[in-house]
Amino acid sequence: MSTLEIKDLHVSIETDQGTKEILKGVSLTISSGEKHAIMGPNGSGKSTLASTIAGHPRYEVTSGSITLDGEDVLEMEPDERAQAGLFLAMQYPVEVPGVTMTNFLRTAKTAIDGEAPKLRTWTKEVKDAMEKLRIDADFANRNVNEGFSGGEKKRVEILQLELFKPKIAVLDETDSGLDIDALRVVSEGVNRAHEENNMGTLLITHYTRILNYIKPDYVHVFVDGKVAEQGGPELADELEANGYDRFLAAVSAA
Amino acid sequence: MTNTEEKVAGVDVGERRISIPGFTEEGEQLAAAKVDTEHSHGGLGETQRKTVASAGSRANRHTGFDLAEFPQPNGREEEWRFSPLKKLAGVLSDEPTANAGTEDEPVDYQVKAPEAVVISTLKADQAPRNTVLQPADRAAVLATKHTEDALYIQVPADAELDEQVKIDITGIKAGLRGNAHIVLEAGVNSKATFVLEHRGSANFNGNVEIKVGDGADVKVISLQRWNDDAIHAGQHDAEVGRDASYKHVAVTLGGEVVRLNTNFRYAAEGAEAEMYGLYFADSGQHLEHRTFVDHNTPNNTSNVLYKGALQGESARTVWIGDVLIRKAAEGTDSYEKNENLVLTDGARADSVPNLEIETGVIEGAGHASSTGRFDENHLFYLMARGIPEDIARQLVVRGFLNEIIQKIEVPELEESLQEDLENELKIHGN
Repeated sequence: MSTLEIKDLHVSIETDQGTKEILKGVSLTISSGEKHAIMGPNGSGKSTLASTIAGHPRYEVTSGSITLDGEDVLEMEPDERAQAGLFLAMQYPVEVPGVTMTNFLRTAKTAIDGEAPKLRTWTKEVKDAMEKLRIDADFANRNVNEGFSGGEKKRVEILQLELFKPKIAVLDETDSGLDIDALRVVSEGVNRAHEENNMGTLLITHYTRILNYIKPDYVHVFVDGKVAEQGGPELADELEANGYDRFLAAVSAA
Repeated sequence: MTNTEEKVAGVDVGERRISIPGFTEEGEQLAAAKVDTEHSHGGLGETQRKTVASAGSRANRHTGFDLAEFPQPNGREEEWRFSPLKKLAGVLSDEPTANAGTEDEPVDYQVKAPEAVVISTLKADQAPRNTVLQPADRAAVLATKHTEDALYIQVPADAELDEQVKIDITGIKAGLRGNAHIVLEAGVNSKATFVLEHRGSANFNGNVEIKVGDGADVKVISLQRWNDDAIHAGQHDAEVGRDASYKHVAVTLGGEVVRLNTNFRYAAEGAEAEMYGLYFADSGQHLEHRTFVDHNTPNNTSNVLYKGALQGESARTVWIGDVLIRKAAEGTDSYEKNENLVLTDGARADSVPNLEIETGVIEGAGHASSTGRFDENHLFYLMARGIPEDIARQLVVRGFLNEIIQKIEVPELEESLQEDLENELKIHGN
């Protein structure tokens, strides 16, 4: 049983116009086996939250805390966070020229587990996971994300999610740019990781579409750098019907 | 140092297809349009092409066999301004090969080739010698002047070689002059890979001309694995036949000064030609690569990619990439890119892409150049997968360089070059 606890998190970035506060006091708790959806309009800070959890150097935490099972995540380097059991499926996975998927996956798995995976079982595990995600076998020999389509990149993110078996995963708009078949395949992968590893998930999305496949236990509406409202799956239905207007109006009135 | 702030870190600034004034979807309006320098460039340290007649246009650059036309350079010439002339003196002097014709010649040549290959020599007036290569600087004209019998390696028409033609060029003594002129000819519809491997020490001045027959598929891999005291000047020119495919890969790891001009032009239409390069400069090394793609006929494609890493105080690299799309070369598709990864302070990489376009009726023409430190986004991606920073850096550097090694497609060479790179990286603990 693991718990990721975010308390009153304030995050700023440096821009050409000076320091800009993006997150203005975010509090969230995600435990093993739970599925949380964060929904919100563009620019509300959803992706900033995801990148901050993973430790992207661009984002500066000015106050608040993030802990994983009581350990201070903010004190950890990005690699230590991954080793501790956090995973970020990125909105824009980066191409790494000259590094093959095979080499990358094995190196990462070794770093996360603290020991090299057994070659024979690992190769089979990768092959099976790729098959389930309908990723062509020849991707193993290609360079990380290089020349992959948007949908292929997202599948490869979920491939890593299944292979690395994190305690808590953050999915940053994994559904964007996916056609309906890819969305289903990717969602199945996330659901498998839940069932098999009792993973906790923070699912960031614009749209309710993916929530038809990954059923959230909790829905958080994110507006202007903080959680404006929390509820169950029915909140997503309300957003689908009415959009974010009610929340945006509240912000501009305040 | 050019453009090495972290914030630019390896990002390809300005990589895109340039737009050509007057060019429309129909591609017809444009006969006289000339592309100027309106496009922005990548890395700092680039020259902007001058539109006035000057040393600027490759079309006007002098080539020929008369040494008198190529006086000793003073360093202000466009083609020499980046080069360490003092160190190059040993290959720019009008000197024959030392101890020529004796066992004490400073450079040894060994050729290993499959049976189908014909090996002989050519005098200066025997074609195809001097039909492809036109000396473009003093070093090249000297190399051919002082080579009476050029090594001539001929792959017959329709022959598909299952093994590489290996030409081992080994310097025996530092500071002693060796001149060479090598002619490689691949017959119509033949398929061949030539590997030129330079090792040892010498003042080596070596020309290579490559005649690629119609429909032929030719790779030329030139490996510069010299000792640290070797000086190497060379010009490699190819003429690519109709519907042929040509790939030149230069890998320069050793040598005190290496200055290679690699060029190609086309004999007809329908050909695909590429030049790749990989260099790794340590302290005290000057590694210079100049590429010239001459789109002289219509409907050909070209691609140039050179990548370099630099580490150590006085590590120095130069890449000059000229592409000339002549008026006749309608339907051209051309791209060139240079990327440099600066691993330590004090190193200097110059990168100058020059694109001249004399017709707008082309498929595409683009160039890019970037010189920087690590790409932080690469590092973050790998670290976010649990990979510690030092290993992530190793992966990024190796990956960066590996992209070119992957183009060689000769497995045993790829392996041994990867080992060499590991050794280069170990020097600085990357």
